[in-house]
Amino acid sequence: MIPLDPAYLVGTGGAVGALCRTYVSQRVDSETYPFGTLAVNVLGSFVLGLVTFAGASEEILLFLGTGACGSFTTFSSFSFETVRLVEQGESAAAAANAIVNLLGSLAAIGVAWLVVRTVLG
Amino acid sequence: MSGPHPLRTLESIVLIGIGGFAGSNLRYLVARMIPGPAGTLVVNVVGSFALGFVLYEAVYAGVLAERTRAVVATGFLSSLTTYSTFALQTTLLAEPVWMIANVLVTYTLGFAGVLAGRSLARRVDGGAGE
Repeated sequence: MIPLDPAYLVGTGGAVGALCRTYVSQRVDSETYPFGTLAVNVLGSFVLGLVTFAGASEEILLFLGTGACGSFTTFSSFSFETVRLVEQGESAAAAANAIVNLLGSLAAIGVAWLVVRTVLG
Repeated sequence: MSGPHPLRTLESIVLIGIGGFAGSNLRYLVARMIPGPAGTLVVNVVGSFALGFVLYEAVYAGVLAERTRAVVATGFLSSLTTYSTFALQTTLLAEPVWMIANVLVTYTLGFAGVLAGRSLARRVDGGAGE
């Protein structure tokens, strides 16, 4: 097999991840709470956990892990939306957003670890 | 229901894709230069600052075109920053105290980055108004 340049693997995965994020956040987002960002962050953390713990090849890690999952999930939108909630006087919602994104993503990685362990023995 | 023209939709898809390609590669480059949670911290803080500037610039000045802003924010900056790698690296840290520190430092500097971007956007507006 011809080795692929890491930049193409990461970049192509990144393009796919960005488009999937745009699609999911347009479907899920609501006016009052940034559910779209929460959804992509938890889902992307789960998939990144799966490919990492399954011991995928370097190419798959670059394409799916660094590229697709890295771009699908986002920290900048998360921090902007959290600051925005504080500005709108919704401090409790902002704190909840910060905690739920963290616990949801960590739990998703934990579930991914359990799934890989169960499937691969 | 009348959505945007199909060619405009196609154009947005291409631009977001290019932004995702460039943003993820810049993140990968930083990760190779600064491995581990420190590199992830750098892209997340820089990306939060830039996104804060780009989105608050819409509120205060409005120099950037709406579509430019959408492509830069959704395509490039959101792909430059990442939550999944941050979360995974946090779980892989050896000591609980480092895990808590990574979360606190990333959150604090990320929010501070957005606020710094907002201040810069306000100054740009002040300069344009004079």
